[in-house]
Amino acid sequence: MYIDPHAHMISRTTNDYEAMASAGVVAVIEPAFWIGQARTNVGSYKDYLSHILGFERFRAGQFGVRHYCCIGLNSKEANNEALAEGVMEILPSFATKEGVVAIGEIGYDEQTALEDKYFRLQLDLARDLDLPVMIHTPHRDKKRGASRSMDVILEHKVDPSRVVIDHVNEETIGEVKDRGFWAAFSIYPHSKMTAERMVSLVKTYGPERLIVDSACDWGVSDPLSVPKTAQLMADQGLTAEAIRLVTYANALAVYGKSGQMSEDDWLSPPPIDQRTLYQGNTVLRGGQAPRVVTKDAG
Amino acid sequence: MGSTGMDMTQVERAKALLHGWLASRLSPEALGWLDQQIALIEGGERPLQLGIAIGLAPRKVGKDDLALSFAEQEAGREIRPDLDATGWSVDQAARILFVLASFRGEEAAFAGAFDRILAAAEIGEQIALLRGLPLFPAPARLVSHAAEGVRSAMQPIFEAVAHRNPYPREQFSDAQWNQMVVKTLFIGSRLWPIQGLDARRNADLARMLIDYAAERRAAGRTISPELWRCVAPFLEGAEIAMLASILCDGSEAERGGAALALSESPHPSAKAALEAAPDLAAAARDGRLTWTMIA
Repeated sequence: MYIDPHAHMISRTTNDYEAMASAGVVAVIEPAFWIGQARTNVGSYKDYLSHILGFERFRAGQFGVRHYCCIGLNSKEANNEALAEGVMEILPSFATKEGVVAIGEIGYDEQTALEDKYFRLQLDLARDLDLPVMIHTPHRDKKRGASRSMDVILEHKVDPSRVVIDHVNEETIGEVKDRGFWAAFSIYPHSKMTAERMVSLVKTYGPERLIVDSACDWGVSDPLSVPKTAQLMADQGLTAEAIRLVTYANALAVYGKSGQMSEDDWLSPPPIDQRTLYQGNTVLRGGQAPRVVTKDAG
Repeated sequence: MGSTGMDMTQVERAKALLHGWLASRLSPEALGWLDQQIALIEGGERPLQLGIAIGLAPRKVGKDDLALSFAEQEAGREIRPDLDATGWSVDQAARILFVLASFRGEEAAFAGAFDRILAAAEIGEQIALLRGLPLFPAPARLVSHAAEGVRSAMQPIFEAVAHRNPYPREQFSDAQWNQMVVKTLFIGSRLWPIQGLDARRNADLARMLIDYAAERRAAGRTISPELWRCVAPFLEGAEIAMLASILCDGSEAERGGAALALSESPHPSAKAALEAAPDLAAAARDGRLTWTMIA
């Protein structure tokens, strides 16, 4: 069983869902983000949030994949002040909905003053609502941006044991672990982090508080990154327990702190859910061995 | 279409009904939270409270099946004729109760608040709110939401309106009703849990279903035997010939549906067609074979 704790499924096809389910992915977390181009008003942002909490959850359930969300205003769109103000007004009501496991993905993009303002406001919201946080670290000026994110989180009295720093790499992992945060790695075919580098990071740093995700979205990305990385880890001699931690249990531990995600959701779903929202995972139902389609393994 | 708008007294009775169902099932802590939220919503001083309470309901009261006894369902029907809470869960009952608690006697204000809640509802919230339609005041103002639920690509949302719900029978126009019935078959759902199926049969619906059956037949696909239930009073020669052939070579359920439809048809050739299956004809006549059984 795997969890992909960062997947923008709204951009993916039914083939992807089928492949993920048959590879053993039992749950995905869809963090609110931008959608490749900027929204121009709060109405389309509201519809996006209810889409990922509505139709996307339903779609995932049809393929036997449990679907959870992080709710937040992303750093790119925080630069549109009128939009950002509107989104901040609706965030509390969305963040308290069923299946919301964190505030996220929030953080810095260009590290502007507006990004900083809304990042801080959302950290306060997460603290008030007692929700974990998923942090997007910037692609440009990453090391300083990650470091600054962690400073601000601590300044706002959010407990690092409830915060996942995402898109971590060799340059940032040391500080993230030393300061008590969870470190997540987006395994991309061409950028961010590769499966091979991930294996050596787990060997060097140990599996504790490390999390593997696909961050699959509308760009070149692989929704099977988590099971493929697990396979590579097994091939290269990492223990089954280490693999379970970084591809399943660590994500469940931190996002489960929301009270909105538990193993029972896929191992023994409530009858009302089974009848309406969730078709059951064929891997779990049929007991077949999870299968990874490796035609485009990179 | 009867008007079953709920006035303040009826809303209070509906609230007491739901509260009673929940009180006997919730822990003291969960019940305390429920009562606190009701008081806040009724107070009306915090307009965002309704959405927050609806959002938090599953984590505070759980998601167990409500599993009402027969006596509890009967009590429900005394307060709201034809109410059918089969399959409701405790969080759904709590969410419906919160919506009722927001009614302060003004229909327009209530409908406006309902619009806003539904516009930002996640899937579980939408199912609960649509299941609650028969209990809400100002039913005629909420028709667009029910029609939108029927348009949904999410089957559980569609079924929250269509199944075990007296609201469509009472409020939908023929055009809305017919869309709902045809879509039920189109998405592979079941007709029998729809309330008022027989009472709201109409010629236009029969025509749409006959066309749909012909399309399925031309494509070599199966036809739900339930389809004929809405067509029976309007059968003409061509359909009777089709049913006669189904009666010979159909599956057990298909033959049952054909026999029931022919036995309900006033058309003179229906009786003759039934002679091919005397056992089924007798079963349909004396009630041993029903539409629910062939679904």
